[in-house]
Amino acid sequence: MNAYLDMELLRFTTAGSVDDGKSTLIGRLLFDTKSIFEDQLDQVKRSSNRQGLAQADLSLLTDGLKAEREQGITIDVAYRYFATPKRKFIIADTPGHIQYTRNMITGASTANCALVLIDARHGVAEQTCRHAIIASLLQIPHLIVCINKMDLIDYQEPVFQKIKKDFESFSSKLDITDIRFIPISALNGDNVVNRSEKMSWYEGSTLLYTLENLHIGSDYNHIDCRFPVQTVIRPKMAPYHDFRGYAGRIAGGVFKPGDEITVLPSGFTSTIKSIETFNGPLSEAFAPMSVVIQLTDDVDVSRGDMLVRSNNQPDLNQDIEIMMCWLDTKAPHPKSKYIIKHTTSEAKAIIKNIRYELDVNTLHRNVENLNIGMNDVARVQLRTTKPLLTDAYRKNRTTGSIILIDESTHETVAAGMII
Amino acid sequence: MSNYNLTHLDELESESIFILREVFAQFENPCILFSGGKDSIVVTHLTKKAFYPAKIPFPLVHIDTGHNFPETMIFRDQIVADLDVRLIVGLVQDSIHSGRSTEERGKNASRNVLQTNTLLDTIDLHQFDACVGGARRDEEKARAKERFFSHRDEFGQWDPKNQRPELWNMFNGKHDHGEHFRVFPLSNWTEMDVWQYILAENIQIPSLYFAHQREVIRRNDTWLPVSEHIHLNETETPIHKKIRFRTLGDITITGGDESDADTLEKIVDEVAAARQTERGNRADDKRSETSMEDRKKQGYF
Ligand SMILES: Nc1nc2c(ncn2[C@@H]2O[C@H](COP(=O)(O)OP(=O)(O)OP(=O)(O)O)[C@@H](O)[C@H]2O)c(=O)[nH]1
Ligand SMILES: [Mg+2]
Repeated sequence: MNAYLDMELLRFTTAGSVDDGKSTLIGRLLFDTKSIFEDQLDQVKRSSNRQGLAQADLSLLTDGLKAEREQGITIDVAYRYFATPKRKFIIADTPGHIQYTRNMITGASTANCALVLIDARHGVAEQTCRHAIIASLLQIPHLIVCINKMDLIDYQEPVFQKIKKDFESFSSKLDITDIRFIPISALNGDNVVNRSEKMSWYEGSTLLYTLENLHIGSDYNHIDCRFPVQTVIRPKMAPYHDFRGYAGRIAGGVFKPGDEITVLPSGFTSTIKSIETFNGPLSEAFAPMSVVIQLTDDVDVSRGDMLVRSNNQPDLNQDIEIMMCWLDTKAPHPKSKYIIKHTTSEAKAIIKNIRYELDVNTLHRNVENLNIGMNDVARVQLRTTKPLLTDAYRKNRTTGSIILIDESTHETVAAGMII
Repeated sequence: MSNYNLTHLDELESESIFILREVFAQFENPCILFSGGKDSIVVTHLTKKAFYPAKIPFPLVHIDTGHNFPETMIFRDQIVADLDVRLIVGLVQDSIHSGRSTEERGKNASRNVLQTNTLLDTIDLHQFDACVGGARRDEEKARAKERFFSHRDEFGQWDPKNQRPELWNMFNGKHDHGEHFRVFPLSNWTEMDVWQYILAENIQIPSLYFAHQREVIRRNDTWLPVSEHIHLNETETPIHKKIRFRTLGDITITGGDESDADTLEKIVDEVAAARQTERGNRADDKRSETSMEDRKKQGYF
């Protein structure tokens, strides 16, 4: 069979300020790669006509909610899927409006490439910077800066160069290695799928070509073995009366039957007896596979515990340093206890220390008059009610990330990347 | 060192299994919403894999409009017997009898919208706190906005303008008593992924998905099956056509496509060449531009 199964997958997100053309670009990309079904296009045309537009408004392909269509803005992430003969893509089209930054973070958290849009007339805006910082905190390895609406500035190269320079002087302070710049018109399709005839001065690739040819390294750590236990599987029926397996998704490394492992936090050691799946036992399993592990010994293991290799263990820590994005309208309270979720384990935490707040325009670290609110980024120290088994986020996205939940509203109020 | 890479189908499967296990671990009383369509069949198959060698730990819930394809019902009962799971049926007819719901009238009347009341009452009766569904983001523009763990308030309502952030693979299922979650393990799957997976795993599906001869009429640009639940007007004459269904809903609203695809391989080829979305033949989505969003806000699947 089957070329389809061999295709690589790239997940990318849009970013940038409100109205810079993110949704239009995604619509254009889908349209020009012929990824839109006829009935979807008919619907978009009808909807555009009703709004008095002559052309189909391609942003309506992702702006699917009634409120979004009424206001002409994106409110929440839309996920779209398309494939070319080279790759399969998962797109998260996110909102630019500052009020919905938390939805942008939702879409960006699983991406390995971000398209940052900038309106050529307005240049780098505060939201451009905020989103670029978020992309860098989330360790998104590739940034493609699309300088959009070139049609409105006569496709002039100096405007493009000026914005490129401005962005570079900002981004040099960020932790992103691969940044590219493409001048486009999302509305007319210049340099999106097809090369622009109006910008012969631009010698780089089109956006689609770039997306198809970015190097995708593995998103997963295959060195440090981490298996957070989700649940215990005990069938309690013939012929599996004695079966006791630990179900989970491997968060890092490669596990094999016969491996010596340590159960954390208890510290018991044992050996992997078998790695089970519905399709049969495996001779090895690696991140991000979902499996069931059986041990040779009857040790106490439950949800929230982690199986690791005995000679390579995560930090066991009750004081946790994170970069935090605050996501709730209610500001954090120094005395409040929050529920902290980390892999499959859960505890309570307080925000013990605010080290600094990041100014999203200048990247300056404010240490005075700290006043953290919605959409702010800060470095903080958490104190948890029990030790967590952590790695640095840059080493492992799964064991290096946490969320905070408000005990009374149950809202997810913060996202944290462990330092 | 070997190259540790999963195919994207393996990666999707692993993600879905992780989510199903989170449902088991985070909720007290979850269920699977089982329609007998391919997506809920795939969800059920994934659940079987997630808890193997134990049995599926959730009951299947079928919201039964009474307007079913007979083939779907036979298939449902077979799967329940094979898996040895509990089946809970919520009857739309009961909601009509009790006065809770009122039957629609007119030529295009259906019981699609009425399912919502029966679904919410069934959730309430059995105190389900998580309902696993087979909806995919690529199906429809409102569904493209769903989280994996999607919160429903005490009235069963969805608030698309105020969804919880959902980062990485970290799922927050916390809720008050009386609220519940809809959980969508197939969020990131496309129609093509589902068919490729059915083919790869050799999953049994109702015969309706394969091309077959059927008595149909032409209505609203599609081939609608003739059944006791449909009212023909004078201009409509039933004819025989070789068709297949791309999605399955009620027999009153599910249109078929002319097709010769009688094997999974041929269906995959057909899906690859399709120029219409799979829900393009579903009268329930055509009622208005926002009919899916409107129904979902009320508590629909
Ligand atoms: N002239 C011109 N207009 C554009 C271009 N791209 C987008 N627009 C227009 O800019 C406006 C905003 O576009 P959207 O795609 O909705 O912007 P967005 O970035 O998705 O906005 P949010 O999601 O709300 O942050 C619309 O009126 C578009 O038609 C372009 O390349 N040229
Ligand atoms: Mg938008």
